[in-house]
Amino acid sequence: MPPGITLAADTPTLSAANTGFMLICSALVMIMTPGLAFFYGGMVRVKSTLNMLMMSFISLGIVTILWVLYGFSAAFGTDHGSLIGWSSDYVGLSGIGLTQLWDGYTIPIYVFAVFQLMFAIITPALISGALADRVKFSAWALFITLWATLVYFPVAHWVWGTGGWAFDLGVIDFAGGTAVHINAGAAALGVILVIGKRVGFKKDPMRPHSLPLVMLGAGLLWFGWFGFNAGSWLGNDDGVGALMFVNTQVATAAAMLAWLIYEKIRHGACTTLGAASGAVAGLVAITPSGGSCSPLGAIAIGAIAGVLCAMAVGLKYRFGYDDSLDVVGVHLVGGVIGSLLIGFFATGGGQSDAQGLFYGGGLTQLWKQLAGVGAVLAYSLVASAILAFLIDKTIGMRVSEDDEVSGIDQVEHAETAYDFSGAGGGTASRSAGPVQEAAAQTKKVDA
Amino acid sequence: MKLITAVVKPHRLDEIKDALQAFGVQGLTVTEASGYGRQRGHTEVYRGAEYTVDLVPKIRIEVLVEDDDAEQLIDVVVKAARTGKIGDGKVWAVPVETAVRVRTGERGPDAL
Repeated sequence: MPPGITLAADTPTLSAANTGFMLICSALVMIMTPGLAFFYGGMVRVKSTLNMLMMSFISLGIVTILWVLYGFSAAFGTDHGSLIGWSSDYVGLSGIGLTQLWDGYTIPIYVFAVFQLMFAIITPALISGALADRVKFSAWALFITLWATLVYFPVAHWVWGTGGWAFDLGVIDFAGGTAVHINAGAAALGVILVIGKRVGFKKDPMRPHSLPLVMLGAGLLWFGWFGFNAGSWLGNDDGVGALMFVNTQVATAAAMLAWLIYEKIRHGACTTLGAASGAVAGLVAITPSGGSCSPLGAIAIGAIAGVLCAMAVGLKYRFGYDDSLDVVGVHLVGGVIGSLLIGFFATGGGQSDAQGLFYGGGLTQLWKQLAGVGAVLAYSLVASAILAFLIDKTIGMRVSEDDEVSGIDQVEHAETAYDFSGAGGGTASRSAGPVQEAAAQTKKVDA
Repeated sequence: MKLITAVVKPHRLDEIKDALQAFGVQGLTVTEASGYGRQRGHTEVYRGAEYTVDLVPKIRIEVLVEDDDAEQLIDVVVKAARTGKIGDGKVWAVPVETAVRVRTGERGPDAL
């Protein structure tokens, strides 16, 4: 989100072009959450596919309602103490006029609210990848309700809200490196330190069950990310959104190639999962930085993120924490890399005039970035761990060991993702209705 | 009678079927199988984590033949299955006491 942006017009008027563009961008960001569900869903074992999909999908339900009730007000309402927002007009989105503009911009408040809603939805969903296979669905639903309220809404206010302390300090977070990725990655780390490892971690094989699903999800993420990033300028009047679009594509490509090259050297093969993971790492890293760097800078940022994230995903085996699908390795590490590299690669010609170390700006911006990164990381890590601890002590965070081994899909959702029974299989009891109906239809055909 | 069993690479199935037909075999049974021999499967890498996959896909072909044909038929199967690379599989024969054609009730060599 642009800190301190002023548009050319003194009193902005509603722009049909910007409004239409932002509605499309909002829809693009929405598709990222189902995309994420497939990205994660393909990476788990067959027996927990549906749970993984549902952990993302439920966020679309819960966070949407929270956002309307009080989330938008808490994140983007009038500032209180640089820590939280609140405007009674925003509660229930009740006092907003159809053509009332978001302050300083050419789009209605409703459009801004719905665009930001999509960010609020995907951020808790990102956390779920670290918790695969082992968390009660009810506990997860309660967790994201509390987490969105106590962590996401305030952090979004710090980073993007007028009067938020990080916003005022000049921390650059174009589209969510700090508020989304570091926030979610640190939360993931906090929760898994409380709930512990999957049964069989480091002993049983836990191979992805469907790499095509992973690629489908990564593709949808990449596509939706254009709305996420290019839309974060909230308009198209001066080309910064277009620069962001270009940088998103460039950094993602560079990161994918970097991850694959690292893999080829280190493990001897360019893998599908590596290509998908590298792309996501690049998207994460360019999210905070893409509005302030050049396309060549974006290549460097993407390549650095690709290699460092590929190295980081191995850390869980070394340190023994079970971040199932590498939310820490990809989102936290990628977000930190992207945020800090602004301090090196900011050209001063994009979203703000702040310059990084490589463009004669000294260390000023780097210190600001470090402050933003450190504060959000620490707050999210601690608050998320406390939330997980409290939920664990009350309704319990984890399913039983037996249920985890037999498969969380069956236990928590009364379904399984795939039917492997084949012709004549499926001996489970059926209701009489459909069978009789089928028989009746057959008779008719015979007659 | 003998039962010839061949556990071989899946992609050799067509060659083996053609060779058996040319030899005059009337029928055979094919099942999907998995297993390993001396080469012990292969390694897969997921985000740097290496998994050893012991069991690799194979097919098992079973043919009933008369005793006199057994040795020659084994040679036919081996020739058709061979790629020269590791994991080509194995072929063996075991004696069969009796065989019955279900439709007619014929027994012994008549049932083949």
